[in-house]
Amino acid sequence: MLNPYLPAEAEIVERIQESPTIFTLRLRFTDPERHQAYSFQPGQFNMVYLYGVGEVAISIVSDPEDETLYHHTIRIVGRVTRGLAKLQTGDKVGIRGPFGRGWPLQEAEGRDVLILTGGLGCAPVVSVINYVIKRRERYGRLMIMQGVKHSDDLLWRERYKLWAETANTQVVIAADKGGQQWPWRIGRIIEMFEELNLSPKHTIAMMCGPEGLMKAGVERLRQQGVPEHMLFMSMERNMQCAVGHCGHCQYGDKFVCKDGPVFSYDQVKDLFDQAGF
Amino acid sequence: MANMHFLARAELQSLVACLERRGYRCVGPLLRDGAIVYDEINHVDQLPKGVHDQQVPGSYRIIQDDNPRLFAWANGPQAIKPQLFKSTEVLWRVERDEAGQLQFVPAQTQVEPVAIFGARSCDLAAMAIQDQVFLHSEHVDPYYQQARESLFTVAVNCSDPAETCFCASTGDGPHADVDAAYDLILTELDDGYLIDAGSDKGQEVLACLPLAAATDHQFFEAGQQRMHARQAQQRALPTPMLAKTLMQKLDHPRWHEVAERCLSCGNCTLVCPTCFCHKEEENPGLNGQASEHSRAWDSCFTEGHSYIHGAVLRKDTAARYRQWLTHKLATWQDQFGSSGCVGCGRCLTWCPAGIDMTEEANAICGDDHA
Repeated sequence: MLNPYLPAEAEIVERIQESPTIFTLRLRFTDPERHQAYSFQPGQFNMVYLYGVGEVAISIVSDPEDETLYHHTIRIVGRVTRGLAKLQTGDKVGIRGPFGRGWPLQEAEGRDVLILTGGLGCAPVVSVINYVIKRRERYGRLMIMQGVKHSDDLLWRERYKLWAETANTQVVIAADKGGQQWPWRIGRIIEMFEELNLSPKHTIAMMCGPEGLMKAGVERLRQQGVPEHMLFMSMERNMQCAVGHCGHCQYGDKFVCKDGPVFSYDQVKDLFDQAGF
Repeated sequence: MANMHFLARAELQSLVACLERRGYRCVGPLLRDGAIVYDEINHVDQLPKGVHDQQVPGSYRIIQDDNPRLFAWANGPQAIKPQLFKSTEVLWRVERDEAGQLQFVPAQTQVEPVAIFGARSCDLAAMAIQDQVFLHSEHVDPYYQQARESLFTVAVNCSDPAETCFCASTGDGPHADVDAAYDLILTELDDGYLIDAGSDKGQEVLACLPLAAATDHQFFEAGQQRMHARQAQQRALPTPMLAKTLMQKLDHPRWHEVAERCLSCGNCTLVCPTCFCHKEEENPGLNGQASEHSRAWDSCFTEGHSYIHGAVLRKDTAARYRQWLTHKLATWQDQFGSSGCVGCGRCLTWCPAGIDMTEEANAICGDDHA
């Protein structure tokens, strides 16, 4: 019988330092059969285990059709991530997953796709952006909106430039504070919706990042006329078991680990403005 | 009722002996440290003869008399839950060799079969709820499943509910329904037990007992007892619209009022037979070559429960009490199709501040009862 709590060994094939506190691990299960059988949807997550320390839930940033490796981009915030940051190529970790429900990529087909992220929230939607860009003909406009506090916080500057040059794709990036040679905008990203010229009835929005940003995003997009069931967001809560048993990730009647982490606004609107859930 | 048999009290040991012969370790109620607790038994002489419990919010007292009955009490702080969902349990071990390779080994799930004596109707209802969490899930919990499949339940209908009990209002007692998950069900009378089976396993055990046919008078006595056990209950949860009403009262001032009394100690969640929250823990070996990964009961009243990268979502007691009560009585319905409360009253009794969740729910849901 399958034991949902048991990790499997995976090897770090490559390690990339993205910023002083952010790094990417490119992983492969040691067991080739397991690696072969592994598949995921953008927006799903793995439980990443550091030997002797514990597990942490991390979203998968790579393309689901990349069969060679899967990637986790991780920010140092606690004991496990601090330890993971010290691992090098060739080191081993434990992986359980994938878990949860990902982004509504099929529902999005034929629609304009708006991605809104804030702070370091970009990682869970990178796989969506890449997914859409690789299958450009299936989607309408792609609009990528990213807000950061300080321009130094922006990861993957080159990627954004590349995305901005892709057909039918618009990138709007804003920093509350900009440093020297900041090529993007200064200000709050949430104030910049108007310039997108949305077709609200044809738009699907996917948001992740701080809940405050997503709340503001929901408000603006509803004002613009995007239907509530076309607003999607990736929620974060304490996750330990990842299979709906341990109770930590409850968000009202939802278990973020198995009912989410991606929800439509419809699903969570009763509690979305209520602190403490 | 038609298949009910009678087992004289003097013959009750034959039930223990029969279960032991079939390989079960018998666990039953014992009087220890001033409370009814469950532990291994091998003779019915160990059962709490003439023991009664007096429970009110914040208090549990035992009184003893010369009543020959063994089950003339309501409940203790725990019953079935710790047998199936252990308070701490190793999930797996990982070994690391010199090359840094990791080998993950699941903990043994093989447990010896346990027969539990004296489980109440509310305890059976709570077990059915935990089955929903751990078994009727996309991912079956193998540790719970193993313990559950090897459990034999000898339930005893409740004749002496405590002041804190309100199972009649939740529909979970005081007597077990025929579809409850018991293997054997007993109703204790002055001279012995009405006994019936609820499963094939139970039938097999019945077959090895010295049974008599139950008399009409014994049925009548059992019926009277059931009625009294219902009528003795004074507490009740608000009725049908409870879940919806509670979720409409998230800003009710009572949440802050109860938070001034609540110590956020988590006792209520530890004695609750349906609470399933647990945290995962890592216990690395000192030699650096192996580490154990285990789980332990957790409580939504702790700071760590709602921790997420550097912040705590439920910072104050009002938010934690609200999380607990709304989960138990409202959102549980959406998650598992039933209420998370079986009316056992343990969270009232074992609360050091004597907070009565029926009183809180009534105050929050119906202003007329406040």
